[in-house]
Amino acid sequence: MADTVPAGMVAPTKSGTNQLWRNVKRHKSIYILSSISIIYFAIFKYVPIWNSQIAFRDFQALQGVVGSPWVGLRNFSDFVHSYYFWELIRNTVMYSVGKMIISIPSAIFLAICLYECRINFLRKTVQTLAYLPHFLSWVIMYGIIMALLSPSSGLLNDIIKLFGGQPVSFMTDTNSFPWIVLLSDAWKESGWSAIIFLAALMGIDPSLFEAAMVEGASAWQRVRYITLPSIRPVIVMVFLLRMGTILDAGFNQIFMLYSLPVYSVADIIDTWIYRQGILEFRFGLATAVGLFKGAFGFILLFVSNKLVRKTSGTGLY
Amino acid sequence: MASVIKPSKSDRAFNVFVVASLVLLFIILFIPIWSTITLSFRPNDFIGSALDGMTLPPWRWSVAAFRALLGNNSFVKATINSFRIFFEGIAAALLLTTPLAYALSIKTLPGRKFLYLFVIIPYLFDVGLVPNYLLVTGLGLTNKLAAVYLPGAISVYNTLIMKSFFEGIPEELKESARIDGASEFTVLMRIILPLSKPIMLTIGLYYGVRFWNDFFNAMLYLNDSALQPLPILLRNILLSSGMNEYVEVSAFGEAPIEAIKAASVLLAAIPMLVAYPFIQKYFVKGTMLGSLKG
Repeated sequence: MADTVPAGMVAPTKSGTNQLWRNVKRHKSIYILSSISIIYFAIFKYVPIWNSQIAFRDFQALQGVVGSPWVGLRNFSDFVHSYYFWELIRNTVMYSVGKMIISIPSAIFLAICLYECRINFLRKTVQTLAYLPHFLSWVIMYGIIMALLSPSSGLLNDIIKLFGGQPVSFMTDTNSFPWIVLLSDAWKESGWSAIIFLAALMGIDPSLFEAAMVEGASAWQRVRYITLPSIRPVIVMVFLLRMGTILDAGFNQIFMLYSLPVYSVADIIDTWIYRQGILEFRFGLATAVGLFKGAFGFILLFVSNKLVRKTSGTGLY
Repeated sequence: MASVIKPSKSDRAFNVFVVASLVLLFIILFIPIWSTITLSFRPNDFIGSALDGMTLPPWRWSVAAFRALLGNNSFVKATINSFRIFFEGIAAALLLTTPLAYALSIKTLPGRKFLYLFVIIPYLFDVGLVPNYLLVTGLGLTNKLAAVYLPGAISVYNTLIMKSFFEGIPEELKESARIDGASEFTVLMRIILPLSKPIMLTIGLYYGVRFWNDFFNAMLYLNDSALQPLPILLRNILLSSGMNEYVEVSAFGEAPIEAIKAASVLLAAIPMLVAYPFIQKYFVKGTMLGSLKG
């Protein structure tokens, strides 16, 4: 570092503060440049944290954040004792764990197939098609899903009718709705999640495979005893990182897909917050639930990141 | 691997299994897309099942649904709004993210640790919807397009990806410029930024995709129907059944409502499909960088 060179020439007693001061001055332009970002950050990230104190208040729009009366933990206890509490927790965890169970293994499977495929054209086509849905919004996904599942003109219902069955309204059926959520997520995101596994596969030392081949291992054995163990650290890391966001069950997706008849199996913490807060104006309650979720999320993220650091040596932050 | 050893029977079975799996995956991925495409071209006089629709020969396809949408005032207006959000959003996001990421990447910057903590805390602790809603409405952003992109104009995740890119630029490059008397500002403008085009494009597209696809902020903050972007219009079209005020279907009547819905889905997706080759090229790199490097 350049600053260490002239440091020796300064009188030793003053060198500490002097050097710091000079260092600050040297980076003046950096501070000026980033000051706008920092002010932005203070407003858009820290004011909401300040606002979140209304979780402990009975928020009245006219009295504002600071003027509303304190109610202690009443909003929290209202939520925990509400009829919906366990249902919301169950649905949220069900969807995030379900997505993890379906989409991580299918991403691994896809990555291994792409890695092992010798036909370039097929590999490139599937790869391109698999990444694509990640970039489509859930509004667009909803349109695509309706083209498949709509009772009047959907593909699946036309097939059912072809076999003489009655059309099913899948989107408003409490039995099929969770599956639509899980499978549409797998369809949309598996390809994208495969990227990290594909990257890990590319990093495997080819001499391992050569050695296995010389020893007479079959291709199946290669996958079982070399490929999978080699990418195990990445698999563990992805699982742990997903554990850290277990309370995020996918707001945009559920919000687009759900409707009143399926609330009991579709409602997650985030959709409930939206309805209570924005539609019913119960700001205090909705904020309390948001804080509850945020605090849990923080702990989970912290723990999962610690575990990732322990297992793979590098963390998320 | 180029195998010199003659493949055994089980190896051939393995290869067949891999190819068959990929073909199956292709079909699973392709059918929903294909059914949407064919639905959008369905002519008004079409009779038959969706299966017939999917195998309808192209010379019987009708572009009436697309004509109806592209000639529709609210659709054109929504498209313009979406593009404005897309470009304004990317510009704002890059202008705000880059200096922050660069400041975080300078190891000698006094106060860097504090700055890092300042950035990471809101990332780890998400306070949720309502406090943010109060902020955005309190700032008077209601019914301004900026309400869609400004709340997400600095993503901590993107900032960290950009930071690790900046950190990867060899220190010697900056050092030699400094020895020649360049200020930190000159180093940034003359050395760092010219080298950062790929990361700017990647991060810009990251933001762009998110802004283009956003419907929730738009729904929360844009009540004026003249301001609604494509996802909101699309949502209204999709949720409506039959006649509705959003697309004035009755005024056209040349295309079935399902075809109009499917066509609007495709039109809203087209910009992402056009950007996709670039996205794929740079995103995959960026994602690996972001996921494997801390």
